[in-house]
Amino acid sequence: MRFRFKTDYEQDIRLAKHGGHQFWYGALMVALLLAPWVIPEYWLAQLTFVLIYSIAGLGLMLLAGFTGLFSLGHAAFLGVGAYTEAVLTNAGLPFPLALSCAAGLSAAVGLVVGLPALRVRGIYLGMATLAFGFIVEEGLARWDSVTGGNSGIQIKAPEIVGTTLSSGTQFYFLCLLITILATLAILNILRSPTGRAFVAIRDSEISAQSMGIHLARYKTLSFALSAALAGIAGALYAHKLQFISPDQFNILQSIDLLLMIVIGGLGSVHGAFLGAIFLIAMPQAISIFKDYLPDTIGQAPGLQSVVYGSVLVAFVLFEPMGLYGRWLKVRTYLETFPFYRKGMFKRQKSFQKSDRLR
Amino acid sequence: MIQFFQMTLSGISQGCIYGLIALGFVLIYKATETVSFAQGELMMMGAFGGLAAMTWLGLPYWLAVLSAIAAMTLFGVILERVVIRPILGQPAFSVVMLTIGIGYVARGLITMLPNIGTETHVLPVPYKDEIWKAAGLVINVEQVVVIGATAVLCALLFALFRYSKLGIAMQAASQNQLAAYYMGIPVRGLNGVAWGLAAAVAAIAGLLLAPITFVHANMGLIGLKAFPAAVVGGFGSLPGAIVGGLIIGIIESLSGFYLPDGFKDIAAYVVVLLMLVIKPNGLFGEKLRKKV
Repeated sequence: MRFRFKTDYEQDIRLAKHGGHQFWYGALMVALLLAPWVIPEYWLAQLTFVLIYSIAGLGLMLLAGFTGLFSLGHAAFLGVGAYTEAVLTNAGLPFPLALSCAAGLSAAVGLVVGLPALRVRGIYLGMATLAFGFIVEEGLARWDSVTGGNSGIQIKAPEIVGTTLSSGTQFYFLCLLITILATLAILNILRSPTGRAFVAIRDSEISAQSMGIHLARYKTLSFALSAALAGIAGALYAHKLQFISPDQFNILQSIDLLLMIVIGGLGSVHGAFLGAIFLIAMPQAISIFKDYLPDTIGQAPGLQSVVYGSVLVAFVLFEPMGLYGRWLKVRTYLETFPFYRKGMFKRQKSFQKSDRLR
Repeated sequence: MIQFFQMTLSGISQGCIYGLIALGFVLIYKATETVSFAQGELMMMGAFGGLAAMTWLGLPYWLAVLSAIAAMTLFGVILERVVIRPILGQPAFSVVMLTIGIGYVARGLITMLPNIGTETHVLPVPYKDEIWKAAGLVINVEQVVVIGATAVLCALLFALFRYSKLGIAMQAASQNQLAAYYMGIPVRGLNGVAWGLAAAVAAIAGLLLAPITFVHANMGLIGLKAFPAAVVGGFGSLPGAIVGGLIIGIIESLSGFYLPDGFKDIAAYVVVLLMLVIKPNGLFGEKLRKKV
């Protein structure tokens, strides 16, 4: 059994809470820094995608996992960020400026979406964000003069302080830096009063209001921050792919993002990363295992849909806390060994609470 | 002027399809207060079921329709029993993600069927390609059948929920599940009935839509347009779903004709955003408040 003996308040609020954390996260950092020289280039590109999707996942996790506002149209913010970055970089702006503009514009759009969010809740909010996602996608496709319409835009490589980052390794380090900064930002927000306000809003809006939390302000703040992160992820996505078109930011992309955070584990920062790893690794795993399956199954076009759908259904039915939840259970077993009790994580039998009377 | 009526008529018929799918959503919501994103895919499966009954089993039209509806009802009940019941009581978002997953699986499975899933099929209905001409308008019989069937179905379901014990029990179970258990209402069984009914409505919608858009694996994406219909009408109201569908259908049809290119696709979503800003509970939705 592990005993954690705290002597200091600072230990409670520290990000790396004990020696084990420091060791393992330090090892992870070393591994990520050494990655370009250890793993082949294709897998480095996939790792870059994991980092990009985890930034978007962090944003959506903040909105859905920590504030309880479910957005079915998050790919719209991704698209806004991507197109802003594309247009500004092609116009010659240096990368830091273009990235900040992309984040800022996405945040503004997030604010606009967040305003109706104050009046509606639950499924109606999902519908509003879904509608908004479709409108943005269609807008990007129709605004020919700026976005190039359905034929898409090519994007030049990012340029920082004069040097163009054209190689995969350089771009990977850029993404790694931005991911680390985003993660630290999210972790700091979550341990601050703002973060606690978000969690309070998720758990019970009426109680949060009675504790003096200004609902409108924190909900729109959550939308803006989440959209800004999605915008940053979209900008990096645009640079990675070097070509974007409106149909990359449709409802299926939004559902992919949601899938990512649900499978990763709703309500935890680790969940965004685990979900991103899952989202990128799943198609690779399918294509590797396809060869072992009989032809009718392996070569069929619908295989990826079936696998995604069944994994999602399986996770919701059997592991609602997601991949991170499963890790928590394993870790608790190891921490409390040999005193682990069988029913520790058992789901309580609950009756459906009516959303209309909340 | 004739154009206006023509557009309105086709808008009404398209709106009836949206309304039928929205009816399925509202049915499940009214009975179990969960939103099901799988309605579009259930509709697609109903259409494929009808296709299978008509072309391979060679059944005559009415028998094929009834058997497709019966098969889908059974499928809906089994789906509820196997997949939805275990998560009874979990937060609404989990159920939404679950139904999205079910939709993915259904779409993928149909696409995987060799030679059938990836192609577009024509459903052989007796009233195919027939046209009536009345007062200068060209009316497609398929559209009239859609409108008529929707009206009948809506009236039947409204009567079920208002006057029959089953309907009232379903509403009770959705409003306060714990109290429903106390009153001796078999909540789980009713959930199965609700899902079976919704699947049957989806099958009817698929069979009505098939002559117009043909049978293919991506039919279900119309379900995404039916959501605005349900929201506009108000999620707890059955006539509201049809009215919402009609509004969306007519606005979409007219905006496709009168407004510049591209507005047709987003017309439904603009309407739903306006509705959420002006009247968040929809046209016929009920506004309930709880005193704390």
